[in-house]
Amino acid sequence: MARTGTLLAVVAVAAAGCRREERDFRPDPPFSAAAVYDREFERNAYALAEGKRLFVAMNCQGCHNLGGGGMGPPLMDAEWIYGFGPSQIYETISKGRPNGMPAFGGPEGATPGVTVAGTLPEYQRWQLVAYVRSLSGLADKDAAPSRSDHMKGKPPENSKDPEAPQVAPPDAGDKPK
Amino acid sequence: MSGRPFLVGTAAVGLAAAGCTGINNQSALDPAGVQAGRIHGLWDLFLAVCVIVYVLVMAFVIWAVARRRGGSDRPVTAPPANQDLRTGVIVGGCVVLTVVVLFGLLIADFLTGRGIDSLAADADPLVVKVTGHQWWWEVEYQDPVPSHVVTTANEIHIPVGRTVRVELSSSDVIHSFWVPNLHGKTDMIPGRPTRTFLRADREGLYWGQCAEFCGHQHANMRLQVVARPEAEFQAWLAAQRRPAPEPTAESQKRGQQVFLTRSCVLCHTVAGTTAQSRVGPPLTHVAGRARIAAGTLPNTRGHLGGWVSDPQSVKPGVRMPPNPLAPDELRALLDYLETLK
Repeated sequence: MARTGTLLAVVAVAAAGCRREERDFRPDPPFSAAAVYDREFERNAYALAEGKRLFVAMNCQGCHNLGGGGMGPPLMDAEWIYGFGPSQIYETISKGRPNGMPAFGGPEGATPGVTVAGTLPEYQRWQLVAYVRSLSGLADKDAAPSRSDHMKGKPPENSKDPEAPQVAPPDAGDKPK
Repeated sequence: MSGRPFLVGTAAVGLAAAGCTGINNQSALDPAGVQAGRIHGLWDLFLAVCVIVYVLVMAFVIWAVARRRGGSDRPVTAPPANQDLRTGVIVGGCVVLTVVVLFGLLIADFLTGRGIDSLAADADPLVVKVTGHQWWWEVEYQDPVPSHVVTTANEIHIPVGRTVRVELSSSDVIHSFWVPNLHGKTDMIPGRPTRTFLRADREGLYWGQCAEFCGHQHANMRLQVVARPEAEFQAWLAAQRRPAPEPTAESQKRGQQVFLTRSCVLCHTVAGTTAQSRVGPPLTHVAGRARIAAGTLPNTRGHLGGWVSDPQSVKPGVRMPPNPLAPDELRALLDYLETLK
């Protein structure tokens, strides 16, 4: 009986290893991320790590300062000005927001103000969304990036306890954060 | 010891070794610089010593097998009276011989290391800064005048006969800089600058390769070293300092607009335009380079078009995203990129 139990446990452990995380290097267009967001972005370590890379490469940290906030609002706290849902953050990144958040989705439909020259591909914007949510602990700990390769500005994302998100009124953006 | 497999094996090794030289000029057995020459000399010495030792050992093994004590019908002879002494002399002698040979190789190795470092004494080397990225090489020619600093990618042009000090660093993970025809490997470690010295003594094009596993496209992280006379090198450097030429034809102007409004501008630099990002390889003079995608593809219009549209099918995992452009936009973009000489 004990041997059967051990055997079953071994088989169960082995079977658990079958489902390897998939790295989708080339999401096939047409691309509808809303349907696959959870599986392919927020629960995918590769997508979260790519978002972390893009956060620096696209100079998000220039204003948001690795999540702690500077010229822009902090991203690792519970307070959200324009909503914490994935599609709301996607809107913020794509179309920009008043008071300085630039639009990364091209000039069409962008909030008047700052527009980045150039268009970040859709799937990379979703990778950023997933990473931004991981900053305040909204992404799963088992997928979120661990320690940084470079100098640390904050605790790793996968040891961040989820904040209870609350949406501040939009005019809160006027006062310095 | 059966003869045939041994002969076939030897022939196969010989053929494989013969293939080592000359492939695309990426071989430590075809030195083009003083350091690679010393490394090659050391290799030759090790090869000769090891071949002699191997032949001697095999000869003794064969002799010992052939000189067996006969079949079961012959009586076993008694060992000679001074058996222990003979064994002691032979084993002791071989141990001493081994130590002497290994110590000789150690001295040769030490002298080679000293010889390789001799280029560091050069008072006026050309300084080139090479930064490893996943998966391409950023090459920067230092100059006291800031506007004369030249940044290019995946191609290192050097003057023949002049010492080049290569300052190495990495922006992400550990890479290793290796141009076998010129020198051995040097690691590129993030946060810890390293350096190496090169000197090409004859003209030519030498391939280099990242020699430390650095991720998905490690194997396709290659570079070319172009060694040519000082005058030609200076002319090339002067051309690289100029900003990109303004597009003239209508399609080229349209292509520039595509470049500056789509994804390209977010990562690439074209000097003289608003594209100034340093995330990906600089493209100011991309049309003058022989290869694209860190040595992966020849720089032709067809390859460039394929690379821009879908780099992930050429180098899966590469940092460049697919760019589904409309056909006329892609044609215009290629027209523009071809002007960046």
